[in-house]
Formats: sequence, C-alpha cells, structure tokens
Amino acid sequence: MNLAQTIFEALESLNGNKMRSGLTVLGIVIGVAAVIAMLSVGRGAEASITGSINGIGTNLLFVFRGDFSDTIRNPKPLTLGDAQAIGDPFQAPSVAAVAPALQGNAELSFGGERTSTQLFGVTPDYFTVRNLVLTEGVYITEEHILGRASVVVLGPETAEAIFGHPDGVTGETVRIEGQPFRVLGVLEARGGGMFGSEDNVAIIPLSTAQARLIRRNANDRVDVLFVQAADADAVDQATEEISQILRTRHRTPIGADDFTVFTQRDLLSTFASITGILTIFLGGIAGISLLVGGIGIMNIMLVSVTERTREIGLRKALGARKRDILIQFLTESSLLSLIGGIIGILFGWFIAYIVGRIAAATNTAFTPVVGGDAILLATLFSAAVGLFFGIYPASRAANLEPVEALRYE
Amino acid sequence: MDNVIEVRNISKVYKMGEVEVHALRGVSFDIERGEVISIMGPSGSGKSTLMNMIGCLDRPSGGDYYLDGELVSSLTDDQLAVIRNKKVGFVFQSFNLLSRVSSLANVELPLRYAGITSGRRDLARAALEAVGLGDRVHHRPTELSGGQQQRVAVARAIINNPAIIMADEPTGNLDSKVGHEIMDLLLSLNKERGTTLIIVTHDSNIAAQTGRVIRLIDGLLDESANGNKPISETAPVERKQAGPVKEAEEGSKL
Repeated sequence: MNLAQTIFEALESLNGNKMRSGLTVLGIVIGVAAVIAMLSVGRGAEASITGSINGIGTNLLFVFRGDFSDTIRNPKPLTLGDAQAIGDPFQAPSVAAVAPALQGNAELSFGGERTSTQLFGVTPDYFTVRNLVLTEGVYITEEHILGRASVVVLGPETAEAIFGHPDGVTGETVRIEGQPFRVLGVLEARGGGMFGSEDNVAIIPLSTAQARLIRRNANDRVDVLFVQAADADAVDQATEEISQILRTRHRTPIGADDFTVFTQRDLLSTFASITGILTIFLGGIAGISLLVGGIGIMNIMLVSVTERTREIGLRKALGARKRDILIQFLTESSLLSLIGGIIGILFGWFIAYIVGRIAAATNTAFTPVVGGDAILLATLFSAAVGLFFGIYPASRAANLEPVEALRYE
Repeated sequence: MDNVIEVRNISKVYKMGEVEVHALRGVSFDIERGEVISIMGPSGSGKSTLMNMIGCLDRPSGGDYYLDGELVSSLTDDQLAVIRNKKVGFVFQSFNLLSRVSSLANVELPLRYAGITSGRRDLARAALEAVGLGDRVHHRPTELSGGQQQRVAVARAIINNPAIIMADEPTGNLDSKVGHEIMDLLLSLNKERGTTLIIVTHDSNIAAQTGRVIRLIDGLLDESANGNKPISETAPVERKQAGPVKEAEEGSKL
C-alpha cells in the first residue's frame, strides 16, 4: 500500500466520525496552542525585560545602602561624601560619573489637576548617567543646585496627567506638595522600567529636595548612587573600585559590606533566569494539557479498534498483514495529532497576537515572540504524542486473531 | 489427480480455561481443482473450525494441510495472510463490506494488500461487471440491496484469481429468490473460471446444488452419510426428515 492511499483512507475513516475526530483533535489543538502561546509570552517577557534593562543605559551601576538579604545590622547610609569619593578619578579611575539621588513620592498639582509621582532630587550628572533626553526645555544645572532653585523637570506621563498634554508646558508653575515649582523641561518618553514607569517622575535639584521636600535625618545623606563606568568593559573594575572606597569609608569588616553594588549585567542575568523559569513553568503546564490530549487520542483509538474489530478481521481475511493494520491505525492517530498540531500552532499564534494587542492597548512594551523553535517543538511533540499514544491501540488491532475478529459482534 | 486441497488428519484443540475442546479430531479428505463442494454439519460439529483451516484463517493443532500444493499448516501469521490474499476468496454470510467506501474500492481492497499499484481500478471494474454490477461501481454498500452487496463481495472474492472460493452461508442473509441468484452466480463463475468452490451451509437445498457434500459430526467426517458420494442420494432423505419435524413443532405451538 502506498503512503498517499494510506493517508487518504485514514482521512476517510476519520471523516466517517466527524464529531469524535473533531473532539479528539480539539484536545491536541488546545495543548499545542497553549504550548505555543505560553512559550511566546515567556519569550516576549524576556525580550521586553532585556530591552528595558538595556534602555536604562549601558555601563550603569547602582549603589544601594545595606544588602538584599538584610543580614547586616545598622548599615551606614550613603552620603554625598561617598559620592564625591567615588567620583574622584584618582581613587576610582574606571568611574566616569556619579549621580547621587534622593528618592521619594510627592503629589503634584496644577490648577485642579493632581497626580502622585516619584520625586528625585538629583545633581546635573543624573541626566548623563541615566541617559535622559529632554523633548523641550533645559536640564537642571549647577546654578539650580547652588541656589536651591524651585525648578522641576517632568516626565511625559506626569506632564500629561496634570496639563493634559506632554508638551508646551515649560515655564508653567506646578505645585509639589503645595510648594510652587517652575517647569524647566519635559523628558522623552521611555516606557516602563524596572522601578515602575520612568515616565511618571518629577526631577528637582538635590539641594532643593534636601532642604524642602525629602527630609533625611543626616543632612548629606542620599538614597542611591547612580554610577557610570568609563565603558562597558570597565563595569567589573568600577564595581571593585567602588566597593574598596565604600569599605574604607564605612569601616566595614571584611566580607560584611553594608552596601550593594548592582550592575546592569546582574539585572540581566537575574531577569533572564526569572523569565527562563517562568517560560519553562508555563510551557510545562501547557505540556500537561498536550499530554492529556494525547491520552484522548489513545482513548478514541482504542474505542475505534473495538468498534472496527470486524473490519480488521475482514482486512486480515483479505490478506492484510500485521504491518498493514498497524500502519493503518498509526496513520489515523498520527493524522489526528498532526491536524491538531497545525491548527494548534495557528491558534497559539493567534492567542500570542491577541496578548500582544492587549499589551499594546494598555501601553505595555511587551510583544510575544512566536519562535521557530517553539513551533518545531510543538509540531514534533504533537506528532510524537500521536505516534506514542497510537502504538498501543494499533498493535492491539494488528494482533487480533482473524477468526476471533470476524466472529466479533 | 489434481488436488487443490489435501487435508491430512488435521485436528484442532481449543483451550477454554482448564477445559480442552476438541473441535476437530483428525479429518482427512481431498478436493479436486474445479470441484464444487459443500460442508455440512450441525452446530458444534467443527464445521466453522474446518472452514477456518481451509481458508487459512487459523492453523490446525495437528496434521497437514496442503493448499494448491503448498504446505500451509505450519506458516506464520503474515505468511498465512499472503496465502489468503493470493489463493483464497471469501464470501461471508453478512457480506462484510466496508460501508464507508464505494463498491469499487471494496473490490480493490485485496489488490491493495497484494501490493498491486497500477491497473487496480480496471481489474475491480471488470470483476464487478463479471458479477453483473457494472452500473453500481460508485455506489456505497448502504445504497445497495442485500443481493447486490453479496455480488460485490463475490467480485471481491474473485479479483485475485484465487485457487478456492470459501463461501460461508452465502445465502444465509438473503431471501430465497436472491439466494438462488447468488448460488447461480457462484456456480457459473465456477464453470467459467474453474475456481474451486467450497460452501459451508445448513441448507440442504444449497448442498443439493454442489457436486459433493462433506458432512461433519463431532469433529469427525460422518462416514455413514458417505461424504464422497453424490449428494443426490442423501439430500432428499434429509429433507424428508426435516420437513415433518418442523411441521410437528409448529403444530404443537398452535
């Protein structure tokens, strides 16, 4: 028997019981679609996180007080003195710039409009270190710092929230916690970042923040140091230099740093492993539904073998060998899962597309990626499922005794 | 003597759990090429078992069976499948056609298992014409009458030019008029092609139309019925016996 004939006959037989074949295929469709959709969502999450981390600025380092595991008691706060020491090119040659910052939340108002936003008190270096660009207006300068000027640079989202439009607002006066500030400029939109939306911010001079808005008990204390390494290759070197300086200045015992230097690479690898686990997890759950679909195939094929016992007996009487019967039933189960696989890929693709559209509609920078490897995996897996779960029913059919099968009612 | 079938002392034992059932207890006979023969016997006589042996659907537990000069009693399952395909044509009581496909595809089926790839359609069409169904080629079995379905089955049986045709109660599911037609068809095919025809039947009228009757009782040939003599001597006797008994039964019911 040639292949085309076998496939045609299998299709005819599946067509003979449309409802049953359809439901069986549906099981595989759901399984494969789930695998494809989940893998693409995971892949998309990874791509979007990697993208936003890269958007933070290359060769950027963050220095925080304390460590993440909270094992250090009474960590010393970071100070402007620390920032100056790190910015000293003789002590830390790999560091290009340091931007100390205070961080807090504040309420902005203009006319009747109010919005809550993230407030940063910064030095002029902040804009270069964080790679921020203005769409209009000017940056905060050293004069503003010295004069404790009441000026503010707004994120586009913040400007939109209180003015109703993100542009043409330079020179207006907004109130931050009730105090009037002149708008210096507006930042370029950047999308979501790792510390919440980076577009919903208000940036004021560090000295102004210290004096009037973000009070800390020590006068020269800051919350975070943004450090720019000389270049991407100098990041490790810069980390080492910063650690040395801070260890000396904080007089910490060896191996008990009361600060944390976090690089972009750490972020990338952390998030890569998180999304990797997420993808495997989602794919695994989806894989289970594919397995259930496979069991559905086996079930239906067993029913089909029982139902067609007489037919199998007849075929054997007419000269069908074991192999012929085996191939016949394996073809049917493989076709079921193959058809399910193809529809499932299209359907999964569609789901991924819808997820992407929803993300786009809610302004989330997230695009599901349907990878060729995911499609290949789903196709192979579904075909394997069809074969594997088809083998037992098919061999049961092939091993029927012709006499018994013909007598079966 | 050209014997298409030589059965030598074959026996068959079925194991039903602990109990051994002797369906055949050593049967020997020959069938000449081109002969028309019927196998008769009450239920449980081993008639079906014998038919399965002759049709190569099953292997005997003991003894030798030669079909068309080949010793087939010791072949493997797949070898038997090939023998069935080439040398045996089956006609069943319940037709056993594939209901999903056309009569043409049904008749083609043995050719497909024979590995013939080209010209199947023409052969199948010719076979259907030979049984008088040239105009029902594309009909499905469900669109055909019982007699027509059995004709398709006969066409399927002769398509591979088998050495023997095994007909198991071929008229059992048909009314007597159509049954006669099918018998006539089988007998005429036997005359035209010289294919040996073996009919398993309960019906002594059918048996009367065959050249010889092999009668089985309890797994043995019924020597008293003299299976090697022409049926014309024995058949009327049985009919006389059967008639009154039946009438008596019906009478008692009334």
